[in-house]
Amino acid sequence: MSEANGNVRIGVYVCHCGANIGSIVDCKAVAEYAAGLAGVAVARDYKYMCSDPGQDLIRQDVQEHGLNRIVVASCSPHLHEHTFRTAAGKAGLNPYYMHMVNIREHDSWVHEDRASATAKAIDMVRAAVRRVARHQALTRGSVPIHPAVLVVGGGIAGIHAALTLANAGKKVYLVEKQPSIGGHMAMFDKTFPTLDCAACILTPKMSSVKAHPNITLWTNAEVTKVDGYVGNFKVRVTRWPRFIEEDLCSGCLECIEACVYKEPKFADEFNLGLGKRKPIYIPFPQAVPQVPIIDPETCIQFKSGKCKKSCLAACGERKAINFQQKEQVEEIDVGAVILATGFKTFDPLRTPYYGYGQYPNVYTSLEVERLVNASGPTAGEVVLRDGRKPKSIGIIHCVGSRDVAANRWCSRVCCMYSLKLAHLLKEHTGAEVFNFYIDMRTPGKGFEEFYQQLLNEGVHFIRGRVAEVTDWALDPTEEGKLVLRVEDTLLGVVRRIPVDMVVLSVGLEPQPDAQDVRRLFNISCATEGFFLERHPKLAPVNTFTDGIFLAGCCQGPRDIPDTVAQAGAAAAEALALIDAGSVEVEPNTAYVLEEVCSGCRTCVPLCPYNAISFDLQKNRAQIHPVLCKGCGTCVAACPTGSIRQHLFEDEEIFEEIEGVLANV
Amino acid sequence: MNEPKEGNGGKSYVYYPGCSLSATGVAYDESLRTLFRLLNLRLQELEDWNCCGATSYMCIDEGSAFLLSARNLSLAQKIGARELVAPCAACYLVLRKTQDYVEKHREIGGKVSESLQRAGLPPLDGVKVRHPLEVLYNDLGVEKLRQLAVRQWQGGRIACYYGCQAVRPYDEVDRPHNPMRMDELLRAVGVPTVDYALKTKCCGGSLTGTVHEVGLRLNYILLKEARRKGAEAIVTLCPLCQFNLDVYQAEIARQSGERFDMPVLYFTQVLGWALGGDFKELGLKRSISGSDLIRRWFTAKEEVEAYV
Repeated sequence: MSEANGNVRIGVYVCHCGANIGSIVDCKAVAEYAAGLAGVAVARDYKYMCSDPGQDLIRQDVQEHGLNRIVVASCSPHLHEHTFRTAAGKAGLNPYYMHMVNIREHDSWVHEDRASATAKAIDMVRAAVRRVARHQALTRGSVPIHPAVLVVGGGIAGIHAALTLANAGKKVYLVEKQPSIGGHMAMFDKTFPTLDCAACILTPKMSSVKAHPNITLWTNAEVTKVDGYVGNFKVRVTRWPRFIEEDLCSGCLECIEACVYKEPKFADEFNLGLGKRKPIYIPFPQAVPQVPIIDPETCIQFKSGKCKKSCLAACGERKAINFQQKEQVEEIDVGAVILATGFKTFDPLRTPYYGYGQYPNVYTSLEVERLVNASGPTAGEVVLRDGRKPKSIGIIHCVGSRDVAANRWCSRVCCMYSLKLAHLLKEHTGAEVFNFYIDMRTPGKGFEEFYQQLLNEGVHFIRGRVAEVTDWALDPTEEGKLVLRVEDTLLGVVRRIPVDMVVLSVGLEPQPDAQDVRRLFNISCATEGFFLERHPKLAPVNTFTDGIFLAGCCQGPRDIPDTVAQAGAAAAEALALIDAGSVEVEPNTAYVLEEVCSGCRTCVPLCPYNAISFDLQKNRAQIHPVLCKGCGTCVAACPTGSIRQHLFEDEEIFEEIEGVLANV
Repeated sequence: MNEPKEGNGGKSYVYYPGCSLSATGVAYDESLRTLFRLLNLRLQELEDWNCCGATSYMCIDEGSAFLLSARNLSLAQKIGARELVAPCAACYLVLRKTQDYVEKHREIGGKVSESLQRAGLPPLDGVKVRHPLEVLYNDLGVEKLRQLAVRQWQGGRIACYYGCQAVRPYDEVDRPHNPMRMDELLRAVGVPTVDYALKTKCCGGSLTGTVHEVGLRLNYILLKEARRKGAEAIVTLCPLCQFNLDVYQAEIARQSGERFDMPVLYFTQVLGWALGGDFKELGLKRSISGSDLIRRWFTAKEEVEAYV
């Protein structure tokens, strides 16, 4: 150890973490080894360093042994760095004189051989001892928080989060990609297990959003740029043209009536193509905002410029229709963001053996939601594509879910919505209904009771994964039917069930643009593509990026009550953050040695956080300590070595490297 | 046999007939050679080829089966071929599987290379196994075939039957569920095909020889559904499928009381006919079931007139 650090007195604490570390790493031997290292005044092993007595140990030793540096060898800094920095602070030391070594995730959990794992822990501790001797005192900064929140996605999750925050008096921007808020829930007919009407419980909330003085609602809009950091995000929202001026439109819908297309002619997105709409339309009767939209792909005025524009005449003096409308960019400042971007349903073309797209009477569950809905394309009458009423219906569970060839996860809601659809289809048609399931999963309030109710209603349940849906008939009873071939695993036989209509209970998947959204907001996705929460148990609505929270199915499949609960939690977290008024920022930032900087500007475009600016007068780069996230890109790129980083100083890293390699 | 004409400008393929095409499936060999000649494509038979290893050998001794199969691939490589065309679905699958396993599993690859070396043959280096259906579909294309057709179809509707091995587990010949390429090629030359949900279901394979009644039942189902869908003939790409569906029709009729008399042909025979091949060189006389129908369908109009 160099002379300059002669007065360094280090305390080393090796944690057993119960048996998590202690069963693989000989913690006592590690502590004994550490006690012999230069600069180490005291070294101990202890069962749980994160416990109160463990933290007290540090404080006592600082007093008794005059320690001025601390090394804790335990779990990941993700979990307890804050704990031990605080403990060091309470003991009167600068919190950054504490350094953590991860001998759990990086050692005991990934190795099996005790001797090698112990040797590895010794190397890591030695490296930390040499590093910490070089640590300098640092102080955390503090920045004020902008007291507004951006909610992305206007489904039930986004709606509930936005209303909760707005009711607490906070300014909320709600951005929705579709022309109306409401999301998937607006498409549902009834909700399980209570069978209350989805629209009846959703639309009042949608109206409240529109009417709330604290909520700015932008539909047909997308977030296109995000800068800044927790408390101070700068967000760009692009509002795509809908060709109707929202503030001039009265919502009378006379323009739709007046359109030169007397009858709806084009596939209606909201009804999944089962119904028709005009080029100027409103997605569904209760849409919010109650403002039509023009589809330039089908509108004659856009296609040829030769329409007689009867819509314009119908609108008259209001002058809300504007064929020249361009996209509009809004720049906003917010302190927190809640992502509630939802899900998409599994595309059954990926399971071609179920005949979707091949046989017209194979439907997805979402299509059937529209078919049974009174405001749907058939006004709630369940008829097949050829106009017949189905006499028998097969509902196939787990389509695309629990399947290694498609999605491995259980989508959580399909068992229950399949029961609901079975009930509604039976009610609407009197048909014989068969459910084909792998396992019935009914773990919610009133769910199992609903299942029992369906059994009593005479719906058939066949346990087995359906092999295929085919039109191949073996005998006259199968003529003109769709035949489901399935192994009935309770009966132990292969069965053929002929039906008129097949419903595929498709699972839930991440939105197709989830990866783009992830990059935009600098968060992570789990392997299956849903947004990753900070901790699966203890921080389920947080992300690894401070100030960005998750709500609803964008984080994983869940039903409406769970979604609303999670949206409330996300709103509470956002509220707690912005109500604090300011936020502390970590000091591990990069800084420029002005006397060495040559003014080459290599670093400026490299910074992913736009934290580097260039001072033309001084001809030097400047790093904004609050914007800097400490990624180190500029430090590595600087050709003159004039950018350095707190907590990652060259001396600290070189000492660490030499320490870890000392025994090699 | 129709020897390919040399140097006539068409692309050249190295051809692996396998045992079926020199025995029960000789009509497949004849019609394939004729079809390729009419398309101006050269087929060069691989010299000194041996058994592909077949599915049964694969089940009993995988290691030796891979060696047997790999020798053929290596022979092709030795003469500079990058592709080997195997029309028999079983040969195709075994060769394709060998190529795949040698490439993906180092241990198998090592053993195979070692043995090939001892035999003075090069180690496998990505020689591609191809099936004529996919060659016609990808290298020639539906449109080209449409243009080249010279005869108008005078037969009935057809059920295209793909069987299992050409489309599973590899999906290069066609997609595993509801394959359509054979349908597309036939439709291109004016042959109507029906929707046939059983197009990849089991023909019984060797069950017709081992558990006879089960094999017969499976073939009965295939024939019955083809007829139900309005098909008068079945067209296939596998010699075992063709054999099973063709030769047991009389026995099926005795047991079920339903007569089918349904021609079971190779897709190469039908395409070859559309391109102007004649009855004999397409091996059309070799079918057992529905031979009257075959004679009626595949006799040129002028000849029909001559009959009358």
